[in-house]
Amino acid sequence: MLRRLQGMLVKEFIQVFRDTRTRTLLFVPPIVQMLIFGYAATLEVRHIPIAVLDYDNSQGSRELLSRFTASPYFDVRTYLSDRREIGNLIDRGGVTVALQINGGFAQDLGKGQTARLQVIVDSSNSNTALIAVGYINQIAARFAQEFQRTQLFRTAPFAPSRIPSIVLERRPLFNVNFDSQWFFVPGVIGNLILVMVVSLTAFAVVREREIGTLEQIMVTPIGRLEFILGKTVPFFLIGLFDTTLVSLVGTFWFGVPFRGNIGVLAIGSILFILCMLGIGLFISTISMTQQQAMVSGFFFNMPAITFSGFGTPISSMPEWLQALTYLNPLRHFLEVLRGVYLKGVGLDVLWPQMAAMSLLAFVMLAISVARFQKSLD
Amino acid sequence: MMDHDTIPVLAHDLVKRFGDFVAVDHINLEARTGEVVGFLGPNGSGKSTTIRMLCGLLRPSAGQALVAGFDVAREPEQVRRRIGYMSQKFSLYNDLQVIENIRFFAGMYDVPASVLHERTEWVLDMAGLAGRESTITGTLPGGWKQRLALGCAVLHRPSILFLDEPTSGVDPISRRRFWELIHAMAAEGVTVLVTTHYMDEAEYCNRLVLIFQGRIVASGSPTELKQQAMAGELLLIECDQLGPALDLLQQVPEARHVALFGKALHVVVPDAQTGIPRLRTALSAHGIAVSRIEPIRASLEDVFVSLTAQLSGQRT
Repeated sequence: MLRRLQGMLVKEFIQVFRDTRTRTLLFVPPIVQMLIFGYAATLEVRHIPIAVLDYDNSQGSRELLSRFTASPYFDVRTYLSDRREIGNLIDRGGVTVALQINGGFAQDLGKGQTARLQVIVDSSNSNTALIAVGYINQIAARFAQEFQRTQLFRTAPFAPSRIPSIVLERRPLFNVNFDSQWFFVPGVIGNLILVMVVSLTAFAVVREREIGTLEQIMVTPIGRLEFILGKTVPFFLIGLFDTTLVSLVGTFWFGVPFRGNIGVLAIGSILFILCMLGIGLFISTISMTQQQAMVSGFFFNMPAITFSGFGTPISSMPEWLQALTYLNPLRHFLEVLRGVYLKGVGLDVLWPQMAAMSLLAFVMLAISVARFQKSLD
Repeated sequence: MMDHDTIPVLAHDLVKRFGDFVAVDHINLEARTGEVVGFLGPNGSGKSTTIRMLCGLLRPSAGQALVAGFDVAREPEQVRRRIGYMSQKFSLYNDLQVIENIRFFAGMYDVPASVLHERTEWVLDMAGLAGRESTITGTLPGGWKQRLALGCAVLHRPSILFLDEPTSGVDPISRRRFWELIHAMAAEGVTVLVTTHYMDEAEYCNRLVLIFQGRIVASGSPTELKQQAMAGELLLIECDQLGPALDLLQQVPEARHVALFGKALHVVVPDAQTGIPRLRTALSAHGIAVSRIEPIRASLEDVFVSLTAQLSGQRT
């Protein structure tokens, strides 16, 4: 028993590590992707390109516009002189927002009447559009408030202090600066491990099926379990190594704080990798060619990532979908990752996630082992 | 090990269906110790499927097969310990060294450490690869690869060897060398079942089994087959206008089977004495000039073509 398993393992490791290209493929892409996704995956909306059409051309309108140029959220790209230019500019994606200040804006304000500010927004990306409109609202509101105060101060110097107002006192926990990288980097770790382990495992088996060596192995007395262990143990170890690698990038490159216990993260990673080995094996039992394995892998990866809470909150999904996400190992692993990284919580809090992943790993591996037959039909 | 009375390979009414398609249709088969049995048949006739069932790679849909005395459906693991299998696809690891492939399969077959060295040397010697142990297998020429694959399939000294088109894509000299190895093993008591569609290879077998559309249509030694199957005498005809001649002869009642062989026609007639003048007359009556017409010894290819032609005619 042990000799055959040992034989399988020796062979797998020789195959993985002999070829420089394969060796590189195991370790370089995860790091590169971690770097790319770490920067790219963000919900923050900054530097929104904006066009300005100022028909008023007054001190008041210029003052308002200066707040946009000073804001980190907006880049004023062009000053227009004709409103017909707006449509074209937005069509070509030159700007996301156009701001139109009509004539009489400052005058209306001075008279204490309602002054109108028109915003034309490209809402094809609804999220960005909503956020942009929100920022504009804030800037406009603050401008109006301060304008009122100055006006009041001029007419009745002691009155402004009596204007009632509500001030929000924010006390963010865990991520004080609302840095979205802190939120995304642990998620990217989960995604990368998912994609790596599932495809490596599926491909390793299907490739042997394709080149015919699987048939040759099937006629030897090797046990099903020996074969499966021989195929999965190497990718389990590689998966763990990759997890460590990308976690280090997350901590030392992106500066995401690691507040929890490394042991808790290790347990979570091991359970998650076991789930992914189960999925990879399952895909290999339903795929005859590497192409089929690739497509099946894709059909698993996309929903797994979408329904994990990686980018969009699970709480905003329909309820029946929310219930289904409990079957998604990535959902649980992301909670473990974020819990350990940002909140610093331990097993006392994360045990339900760990239990769920253990159960899922057991079920998936059991199904795959049962499906893996030493025959061709 | 097997005791002496056990018939190494015994199949009884073996059937394999894939959906509605019957790939193997009630095949009965027996191979004795030290016998080299050849499976002949066109592509898709069910040769490989039969071999795969005997190796325990496919489950029979009906019938029974005993290999080394064990039922292939119920005790496939017992069967696997006692057989060697080599498939038409080259199935060693191309990215491993020669010696790593040998060690891998030795591990899979649990070859005892005490004999590992001796077996390794034997395989290297047999494949002619001594001194090239650390060559990457994928860079070896076809003939070497194929002998190495055979070596890896017999590392555990199986008493039964299944070879599924082992020589496809290998040059003639390597093929001959390969067959010498097979005969050497058979001489030591190994039972060999081999599929091929090279007719010259079929002559190397002690016994041939012709499979057509999933059924055994003839079996016997090469010599027996030639005598039985032809049921008449074979004539070689050389003439001009081969195409019209072929069409014409198919209309002549005495000419049982007419087939094109290179630049000549092969025709089976019940009797050469009376057949030759009749055919000659028929041909010249249509203005076809015959340069040569004489009885020849049937080759296996004639047998094969004649049998499959008969059967195709019956079934369509």
